[in-house]
Amino acid sequence: MALNWFKKLKSGLSKSASKVEGAIASLTGKKTIDKETLDDIEDQLILADLGVESASIITKKIKDQKFELNKNKEIEKTQIAKTLAEEIEKILLPREENLYEKVKSKPHVLLLAGVNGSGKTTTAAKIAEKFRLEKKSVVLAASDTFRAAAVEQLKTWGKRVGAQVVSGEEGGDAAAVAFRAFELAKKDDIDIVIIDTAGRLQNKKDLMEELTKTCRVVSKLDQDAPHQKVVILDGTVGQNAHSQLKSFDESIGLTGMIITKLDGSAKGGVVVSLAEKYKIPIHAVGVGEGLDDLQIFEASSFSKALAGLD
Amino acid sequence: MFENLTDKLGNVFKGLTKRGALSENDVEKALQEVRTALLEADVALSVVREFIDKVKVRAVGEEVLRSVTPGQQVIKIVNDVLIEVLGSVGSELLIDHAPPAVILLVGLQGSGKTTTAGKLAFHLKSKKRKKVMLASLDIYRPAAREQLRILGEQADVLVLPEIDGESPEKIAKRAMAASKVQAIDVLILDTAGRTTLDTAMMSEAKEVFKLSNPSETLLVADAMTGQDAVQTAKAFSELIKISGVILTRSDGDARGGAALSMRSVTGCPIKFVGVSEKLDGLEPFHPDRAAGRILDMGDVVSLVEKAAETIAEEDAAQMMKRMSEGSFDMNDMLKQIGQLKKMGGLGGIMSMLPGIGKLQKQMAANNFNDKAISKQEAIIYSMTKKERVNVSLLNASRRKRIASGSGTAVSDVNRLVKQQQDMARMMKKMGKMGGLGGLKNMMSSLGGGNSNPELGNGQNSVMDANKMAELQKMMGGNMPNLGNMANRFGGMGLPGLGGKPSKKRR
Repeated sequence: MALNWFKKLKSGLSKSASKVEGAIASLTGKKTIDKETLDDIEDQLILADLGVESASIITKKIKDQKFELNKNKEIEKTQIAKTLAEEIEKILLPREENLYEKVKSKPHVLLLAGVNGSGKTTTAAKIAEKFRLEKKSVVLAASDTFRAAAVEQLKTWGKRVGAQVVSGEEGGDAAAVAFRAFELAKKDDIDIVIIDTAGRLQNKKDLMEELTKTCRVVSKLDQDAPHQKVVILDGTVGQNAHSQLKSFDESIGLTGMIITKLDGSAKGGVVVSLAEKYKIPIHAVGVGEGLDDLQIFEASSFSKALAGLD
Repeated sequence: MFENLTDKLGNVFKGLTKRGALSENDVEKALQEVRTALLEADVALSVVREFIDKVKVRAVGEEVLRSVTPGQQVIKIVNDVLIEVLGSVGSELLIDHAPPAVILLVGLQGSGKTTTAGKLAFHLKSKKRKKVMLASLDIYRPAAREQLRILGEQADVLVLPEIDGESPEKIAKRAMAASKVQAIDVLILDTAGRTTLDTAMMSEAKEVFKLSNPSETLLVADAMTGQDAVQTAKAFSELIKISGVILTRSDGDARGGAALSMRSVTGCPIKFVGVSEKLDGLEPFHPDRAAGRILDMGDVVSLVEKAAETIAEEDAAQMMKRMSEGSFDMNDMLKQIGQLKKMGGLGGIMSMLPGIGKLQKQMAANNFNDKAISKQEAIIYSMTKKERVNVSLLNASRRKRIASGSGTAVSDVNRLVKQQQDMARMMKKMGKMGGLGGLKNMMSSLGGGNSNPELGNGQNSVMDANKMAELQKMMGGNMPNLGNMANRFGGMGLPGLGGKPSKKRR
């Protein structure tokens, strides 16, 4: 599984990776890393959406390293890529946390939130599929009562992954749908409740309040619920991810994040600066449209892929 | 969407304008900060480089450094280059040739194509009087076609019926045949989201493009996109001929860098921006105005247009008449609050006024927001009809009753009454003289009169007529509209407060 993910991620990241390699390749025959190369590396990190600050911090770490020279008295290129990967891994490792290992209670309530189009519904289905494979029963709560056909989308997925779907009427109360799903899970002895909420931009105060309300209402049945509150970030997003993470965390207190759409040309490098700034765990990455395309996040694989290492 | 970038650039420029003379070094340093600000706003690195180079070449020229106000010269150059990068003209959809004209929407997953298709259909139907048909070629995402059908129903346009098992190419052909038969003006094809690395999906897009020969091929992209915007735009425009970009979620707090990148990489204009989740949340994009917003010079043109769109002419005429009579009562105030709300609330209006970025923050800090306006509305609704016309009836016990009726405190009622009286006084004045001075006062009384001195001051300094003239001077001939707009703006007052808007522009 891990290898599979790495391959997929690597093929997705290949464009950026080859560029980092390119930046490093310009070192050929050099005894020290010159400013030009460092600028190149920094630019490549910026291109991967790490942001100016994180990119310059990491570049500085590369600069401060004393690299051993090989027999031709030049710097070993893979050495630099390795160092780069190590530096990124150091930042990401503390945030690595398996989504599925956090299931302790029954029913366990997992709420997915995020901006519009980040991939919440597809991710909900992928998570449900994983639980199904673990022989756990799942109920999906279609709390997106706003967007046209959002409920139908989740219902179709529900059929495919053999999960019940609780829904309300269009334009109805999102919190009520979540509540009823939880109630049903308690009554029917179902293991997992996944709440798929409507997409909302983080600067829309009213919509963020609706999300807080959903959590509050669900907690009436179990004060620890929702046990997991996960934000779904689009892998193509840039520095706005900071604002998203901050706002969603402030309104519902996030327990983790999932990064989607890393099978495209986007690198999701903003994760690195997010990991630096926030102590919110990273659970998984989405690498395709298939049901099994949600992979556990591994700091080392991700870092290697970003640095262009095999 | 540009507020954050505006703030950052504002700080950089503040440093520049304070100084009498600029050395090359000063400019260099400022541009370094501009670079960081742009990168943090997710402007693509290649675009940032080009941008900085362009500005640098012009800024270190001798005229700039020797001019009396070098800092402002640099700002002017940045503004010019911004407009260049964003494209200098807004552009209409080219859909007027032999019907049916096809509009093809492409983009990554979750960029907002289907919602945009619905909005576009609504726009073409309601504003351009076109007969529109929607067809979904997304056979992959569950319920995608159902979503489009519902949106079509909401927009009240035709939607191609679904047939299971058809390929996207077949659906496109069927849609074209159907729209010919049904005399459709514009056929909008909504495609499935795809990553640019997926070769099978990309060649499918190319097939559909070839066989539908679209009049417009629009790339739908998320305003929050990071550096990948360039990759995406490149990949699509290399594959098929993109004619324009629609930037969605522009109502978020993303810094708008994607707008700059997309335009620069595709060479295509940004034609629309998505500004809400609702069906009417699609607005034409105006590059010059966007540049103005980025540099916090406001977008008065859009504001006036919006006002003209929202406020019926006879309403305005009537208001004008009442104003000159000096009779501005609670009913007028209620009407005005309603219009303010229609125009997107205070936030919507403020975002279009020059120099108002900081003010917005002050307002937030002072808890003066759209809620406060709703509160005012509630207070007026709790008055009797007589009271609304004749405020002098309001003695202590009536005020108490109104407060409990509207769920507010007596002090809130008092404040509103004072505000109304201030306004009535000023209306009378303005009715006589018109002009921007009136506007200034009006805005500070909107802000709660003396109860909020900080706010009042902010507005005074911002909307000062001199400042406006200075701004115009600074911008040289490059924002010809601003001067005119300032006059017109003054003439009509704050929308809804009376004055006569110019004829509907569209």
